[in-house]
Amino acid sequence: MATTASGIETMTYREALRLALREELERDPSVFLMGEEIGVFQGSYKVTAGLYDDFGPERIMETPISEEGFVGAAVGAAMAGQRPVVEIMTINFILVAMDQVVNHAAKVRYMFGGKVGCPLVIRTPNGAGNQLTAQHSQSFEGWFAHVPGLKVVAPATPADARGLLKSAIRDDDPVLVIENLQLYKAKGEVDTSVDGAVEIGRAAIAREGGDLTMVAHSFAVTRCLHVAERLQAEHGISAEVVDLRSLRPLDMETVAASVAKTNRALCVEEGWASYGVTAEVASRISLACFDDLDAPVGRVGMAEVPMPYAKSLEDAALPHEEKILIAALEVCGA
Amino acid sequence: MTVIRLFEQESERQYKRARIGGYCHLAIGQEAATVGVVAAMGPEDLLLSSYRSHGFALAKGVPATTVMAELFGRQDGCAAGRGGSMHLLDPEHNYFGGWGIVAGQLPIAAGMALAAVKQGKELAVVCELGDGAVNMGAWHESLNLAAVWRLPVLFTVFNNGYGMGTRVDQSNAEPEIFKRAAAFRMPGERVDGQDVEATHQAAAALLERARKERQPAVLEVMTYRLRGHSVADAGTAYRTKEEVAEWAEKRDPIALVTERLIAAGATAEELDAIQRDAQREVDEAVAFAEASPMPDPSTLADFVYGDPETGRQFSRMAPGSPAGEAAVLAQLEQAA
Repeated sequence: MATTASGIETMTYREALRLALREELERDPSVFLMGEEIGVFQGSYKVTAGLYDDFGPERIMETPISEEGFVGAAVGAAMAGQRPVVEIMTINFILVAMDQVVNHAAKVRYMFGGKVGCPLVIRTPNGAGNQLTAQHSQSFEGWFAHVPGLKVVAPATPADARGLLKSAIRDDDPVLVIENLQLYKAKGEVDTSVDGAVEIGRAAIAREGGDLTMVAHSFAVTRCLHVAERLQAEHGISAEVVDLRSLRPLDMETVAASVAKTNRALCVEEGWASYGVTAEVASRISLACFDDLDAPVGRVGMAEVPMPYAKSLEDAALPHEEKILIAALEVCGA
Repeated sequence: MTVIRLFEQESERQYKRARIGGYCHLAIGQEAATVGVVAAMGPEDLLLSSYRSHGFALAKGVPATTVMAELFGRQDGCAAGRGGSMHLLDPEHNYFGGWGIVAGQLPIAAGMALAAVKQGKELAVVCELGDGAVNMGAWHESLNLAAVWRLPVLFTVFNNGYGMGTRVDQSNAEPEIFKRAAAFRMPGERVDGQDVEATHQAAAALLERARKERQPAVLEVMTYRLRGHSVADAGTAYRTKEEVAEWAEKRDPIALVTERLIAAGATAEELDAIQRDAQREVDEAVAFAEASPMPDPSTLADFVYGDPETGRQFSRMAPGSPAGEAAVLAQLEQAA
C-alpha cells in the first residue's frame, strides 16, 4: 500500500477487502470469519492473508471442504447473535450450499414472522478469464439477486470493496458480497482516514457522459470504462458508465436518471445474459424510460456456452471490449 | 403428552374443515418421544426440529394459543402467519423452528451450538430430524462439523419406520441409524421412544455430556406415527392395517404412560383432570385462533428484511420492490 499524508492510500481490491475485514473484526467481537483455507493457508486468493496470525483460530475459523455444512452453521450462528463472514472460495462452489442460502438464510426472518434475523455475510468471487474452464468460470450473482430476503452487492473498485463489505457486515440481513477474480489485483484509492462504509442499494456514476448509458457491475464496469474511452477517442461518443454496486436492492433511480439524459442504454455483465442481471435492468429501463429511449436497450454477456479451456475459445466466449464496443455502436446507431 | 395428542386430533379436525391449509404433519403416536427428549432439556438449551413441529413447540412451552393461531394463518400466530404448520418458532421458549427442507436444520443447529461456545454459554442444542434425513449430505456434513469443532449438539433421530412411504431398511444401507455416529467418533444410542421415561433418561445423559464436555451425540428414538406422513396421506399404501392397529393397541405412548401412572397409584380423578385440563387448553387455543384476525395484506412485505434502512433502499428499486408491492396493494384496496 502507498500512503499519503491525507489518508488516501493506493491499494489493491484484495487489500481493501482485507482492510475491511480487519477493521470489522477489531470493531465488533461478534464478527468472525469462516471458510476453506482462510487461516494458515492465508486464503486461496489471499484476501485473508495475515488475519489468522493477528486474530487467531477462533475468529478466523478454518473449515473442512463442506460448504453446505459451514454455510448452514453460519446461518445458525447468525441466528444466535454472531456476525459470521463466510468465504466461499469461488462462486462455483456455492451451488452445493444453495439450499442453505436460498431456502434457509433468505427465509429465516420472514418465515418466522420477524422474530429472528440472520446477519450473515457470504463473500465469494465470480468471473472468468484464467482458462479455469467450465466449472470454475461462472457468475451466478443474478441467481441470488432473484431471491427476496437476500441482498447482493458487487463492488468494482477497492474503495467500494472496503465500503460495501463493511456495510454488509453491519447489515442485519444476509448479504452476498460478490468479488471478482480479475479485480483482486486492481488498484485504486481508498481513504483510510474515514470509516468509508458505502450504503447498500446505491449505484455510482463511474464516468460521466451524455450520449450513451452503460450499466454494469463488478469487472464489467472496468471493461465498460475502457470501451467508453475508445468510444470517445475513436467515435466521438460520450458514454456514461453506471456502476450498479448493488444488485438487490437495485438503484434504478440512478440508472433511469442517466438514461433520461443520454436516451440510450447498454447493459453489460460477465455472466450469461439470458435471465441475467442485464435482463432485469433492461426490463426496468424499458418500463421507467420508455419515452426517453431513442433505441432498444442493448445487452452484452458471456457467450451462452460452458466456458471452454483453449485460450482462443475462452476469448471468444468472454464479454470482451470488442463485443461491448460493437454493441455500443449499434445502440448509438453509429 | 395428552395436550399434544388432543391438539393434533383437533388439528386434524380443523384441517378437514379447511381452517388449516398447506401441509400438516401430525405427531400422533410420537408424543412420548417428543416429550421425553424435550423434558430432558435445560432451560437454556435450544431446540430445532423438522417440519413435524407442533408437538415440539407445545412441549417446549410455546402457548397452544399461538401455535393454533399459526396453523390457522392468523396475525397472532407464533410466526405472525408467515410460517404455518411447518415453521413454528418462539425464541422466548428457545424453540428455533420447525424447518421444512429435510436435513436443512442440521447445519443450522451446529451453528447455533457454535455461537453458544463462542459466547461462553454452557448449553446444548437439540436437533430433531426424521429417519429420512440421514441420507442427506447435510447429515454427514453437520455431524462431521459438530465432531471436529466439538459442538454441544444432540442429534435426535426420530425413527418412525418410514420416510414418507419408504421403509427405513429399504433406504438405508445401515438401518440401525445410531451406529452411524461411530463414523464421526461420537456416541450413538438407540432408545424406545414409546417409553417416555427411557427416552428422557437417555436424552438427559447425552445432553449432560454435551453441556459439560461439548460432546455431540446421536440419539435414535424408535417411534411410530399412527397417522399418515401428512394429513394428505392415509398411511395405508405402504404399511398394513394390522401393523398400524398393533402399534395403536400395544404401543400407544399415551396408553403406556397411563398404565404406569395407574401402577404408581394415580387415581381416576387425577387422570381425568389431566384429560380435562388438556382439552381446555386445546379448546382455548381454537377460540384464540378463531378470534385472531387474518394478517392485513398491507403487511405482506413486513419481515422480508429487518434493518430500518431497507425500505428506503428498496424504494429506489420499484416496481417489484417491497415498497412497490405495497403501492400495488394500496391500489387494489382502493379499487375494491
